[in-house]
Amino acid sequence: MSAVTNTTTIGAIDAPSRRNTELMLLGFAVAIPVFAYLNVGLALDGEVPTGMLGYGLGLGLLAGIAHLLVRRFAKYSDPLLLPLATLLNGLGLVLIWRLDQSPRLIADSMRQYGSHAGDAPKQLMYSAIGVALFLLVLVFLKDHRVLQRYTYISMFVAIVLLLLPLVPGLGTDSFGAKIWIRIGPFSIQPGEFAKIVLAVFFAGYLMVKRDALALASRRFMGLYLPRGRDLGPILTIWALSLAILVFENDLGTSLLFFGMFVVLLYVATERTSWIVMGLLMAVGGAVVVGSFATHVQSRVAAWLDPFECLKTAPEGTNMAWACDQMTQVLMSFGSGGTIGTGLGQGNSDLIKFAVNSDFIFATVGEELGLAGAMAFILLYGLIVERGLRTALAARDPFGKLLATGLSGAFALQVFVVAGGVMGLIPLTGMTMPFLAYGGSSVIANWALIAILLRISDTARRPAPAPAPNPDAEMTQVVRP
Amino acid sequence: MNKPLRHIAIFCGLLVLALLVRDNWLQFVRADELNSHERNRRVTIERYASVRGDIIVDGKPITGSVDSKDPLYQYKRTYVDGPMWAPVTGYASQAYGSNQLEKLNDSILTGNDDRLFFDRTLSMFTGEQKKGGNVVTTLNAAAQKAAFEGLGKKKGAVAAIDPQTGKILALASTPSYDPGSFAGYSREDEKAWASLDEKVNKDKPMLNRALREIYPPGSTFKVLTAAAALENGVIKDINAPTDTPEPYFLPLSRTTMKNHAGGCENASLNYAMEVSCNSVFAKLGDEVGRDKMVEMAEKFGFNNPEIDTPVRAAASVYDKKMDRGGNALSAIGQFNTATTPLQMAMVTAAIANDGKLMKPYMVDHLVAPNLDVIEKNEPEEMSRPMSPETAQLVQKMMENVVEKGTGTKAAIDGATVGGKTGTAQHGEKNKARPYAWFISYAKTDSGSPVAVAVVVEDSDATRDDISGGGLAAPIARDVMKAVLDGRR
Repeated sequence: MSAVTNTTTIGAIDAPSRRNTELMLLGFAVAIPVFAYLNVGLALDGEVPTGMLGYGLGLGLLAGIAHLLVRRFAKYSDPLLLPLATLLNGLGLVLIWRLDQSPRLIADSMRQYGSHAGDAPKQLMYSAIGVALFLLVLVFLKDHRVLQRYTYISMFVAIVLLLLPLVPGLGTDSFGAKIWIRIGPFSIQPGEFAKIVLAVFFAGYLMVKRDALALASRRFMGLYLPRGRDLGPILTIWALSLAILVFENDLGTSLLFFGMFVVLLYVATERTSWIVMGLLMAVGGAVVVGSFATHVQSRVAAWLDPFECLKTAPEGTNMAWACDQMTQVLMSFGSGGTIGTGLGQGNSDLIKFAVNSDFIFATVGEELGLAGAMAFILLYGLIVERGLRTALAARDPFGKLLATGLSGAFALQVFVVAGGVMGLIPLTGMTMPFLAYGGSSVIANWALIAILLRISDTARRPAPAPAPNPDAEMTQVVRP
Repeated sequence: MNKPLRHIAIFCGLLVLALLVRDNWLQFVRADELNSHERNRRVTIERYASVRGDIIVDGKPITGSVDSKDPLYQYKRTYVDGPMWAPVTGYASQAYGSNQLEKLNDSILTGNDDRLFFDRTLSMFTGEQKKGGNVVTTLNAAAQKAAFEGLGKKKGAVAAIDPQTGKILALASTPSYDPGSFAGYSREDEKAWASLDEKVNKDKPMLNRALREIYPPGSTFKVLTAAAALENGVIKDINAPTDTPEPYFLPLSRTTMKNHAGGCENASLNYAMEVSCNSVFAKLGDEVGRDKMVEMAEKFGFNNPEIDTPVRAAASVYDKKMDRGGNALSAIGQFNTATTPLQMAMVTAAIANDGKLMKPYMVDHLVAPNLDVIEKNEPEEMSRPMSPETAQLVQKMMENVVEKGTGTKAAIDGATVGGKTGTAQHGEKNKARPYAWFISYAKTDSGSPVAVAVVVEDSDATRDDISGGGLAAPIARDVMKAVLDGRR
């Protein structure tokens, strides 16, 4: 089976560009959010929302321009990624707009800040910037292998990005996690960008070192252990992710980076021992940090049994707060049931804090129900699948590793966030890609999709036709 | 590199699968549990999202529902004469839940009942706003008013029943509370709620004394002892002497039974009832025996923890394991014997209804928003504690009490009234102020339309004044009169 799919993906000569498929899917990806927008408006006010035309045109325009430029600059790229990202981004905007209309959240905001602006217009602007970055990457990054040249610069940039929130005066500590920096009126989450830059570094570094890591190893208890000097960078990354956890209180990002690194090590070296070692190190680190950081402890308590923990935790403590939040999120999901309450008719606004960012998936669960939430999970799954397919199809090791890293990181992020809000794993403050409110997340993820498109375009582009063999011509002439 | 890549793809697939499985667990398996969780405010939001149905007395609502313009809970419960009706309605508060009829009939009042499914579906198409159904009670507004105003500032309770059907006509408890004062969830509601807390407010205004408090019944219990003696053949003629010595010693003890009235030596049952002789009834109780007394009391509803009106009444107690002395004391309503006012009203009702006890109930029927009756409660026989002959003999004695005995203040022109006073002692060495009791029924040519039990506790009057005849009988009379006037 895989052989068959492979040939279609890699494509023979005259491979179809699939751009018309993409256009059709984009039509759906724009129409579905517009209908959702209409649905919310009808449910809340009983009339067609006034902004519907503008919203539809805006989303359609963004998708249209993106499509035209993909046609021009990445003709053979994967046809599913752009429509999937557009659909998720569009539905995310609808959900944020829906929560903007909640009278309870408006009342809370008026009480706290004296004003209520709504986040949807800002998110629309971030989405436009995101699509612009997407186009810039497609236009100026003609070949992803160019990125390979910046391997070590990437490492440096990634470390700087990750450490920025710790710089006094620049980083802001909001609600326990130090993952934002503030520049003027904007707050930026550098970790979202570091995700991409780190993937470039890992891919570049492992492409060079994979043979050393895979072959120069000692066998010990059935596992291949690497040489000490090869271990260095791995320990560095491990320490770095632990540092993020300890100093920035961000379990999710730390897990994401370490997970991405282990995945890439495994793919590059084909050695199972790396997975075992990676898991051991991750568990070790988590246990050590978990037993010291109260922030993490309260998250774990809230994960194990939020309702019980709410009874036992002293009032007003961080733990009571975390547990209460978790119970609110779980009840939001439960209240959705199988088919949900319908857009605009749920009560997910009872979650209050971060309801349109970290917890936006709860609104999906409550208003669209089990059916809608599963559809969203599958949409994310599809993006990951297209990313990994791109990695399989890529013809150069760097492209393979980069695509694996990006889609692996994407998968881990979705798992950490969705699993966190659904109580499958302890909750960590991360954003659902494309869906959640937050500029950094949307912009970075559009860039991620652009890079995947670029790699898939290179992979599926038909090889140039072989030059006619002059020897063959000659032989023919001699023939009688 | 493709082989490990495929493994990674499988791994990512497993991550997605884990999310899907978890989502099913959360939104399918645990959906009901989470949706109806006590901490889930959606339940309350839903409850107050539409106009709540009303509780109705005599065709008029005693509750209401106002649009509070609140972003969280839209409609708020209001009450007409809240303190007077609180023992019937209970409360429905956005912050503190609900109880009694408001709780038991919540699904009808909110309109979420399965039986209202058709209405809901219909209003979905017609675009009408969802509305709750109504609860129509058996209560009698005039009787309730007489009871509540009769109790006034005193602490006590009144329960009145229609003996022929078991319909509860009045259910008053004082001091009372206004359930409307904490129907919302604002700071004032919180303050009102906190001030009613038993720990702060020693008067226990939220206690439904008519249904949920048990008092020693004192001499009113003697009607039950008399019925047991007649039913078991211990007494054949109510006017014959009972062979009771004076002083009478409690069985197996050197303690004498003190009488507050004279002429109790060898008195007849009829006279003993008239002046309320303790010695005669203690002796009769002993002669009937503990087990037969228990049997009789239980036929009237004692020791039954499940008397649902539908609001559950506390179980009245007649000790099953006491010795002979205890039984003799219990026969005059002392020792461990304790009853709710409702229970004494039931005893009176059974006597007034010629020995047939009807199950007490206070919800007559439930109506859908479109006024269709969706459930109707019919009168139901609960038991037959005694024969009609016995009942008529006890009636005769009780009527004698009102005519020339301790209960003359309960007499009503144009009706036959039978009653019995009681003054129950309690507290260590009987030091606390006694409870004043009065039970009675009124009778016309078409049978008895009302039986009532009144208890007044801890009155500010002097100790001598506290006797059922003085304090409680006038209240009982007013309640009976209100019912009789309504019949005419």
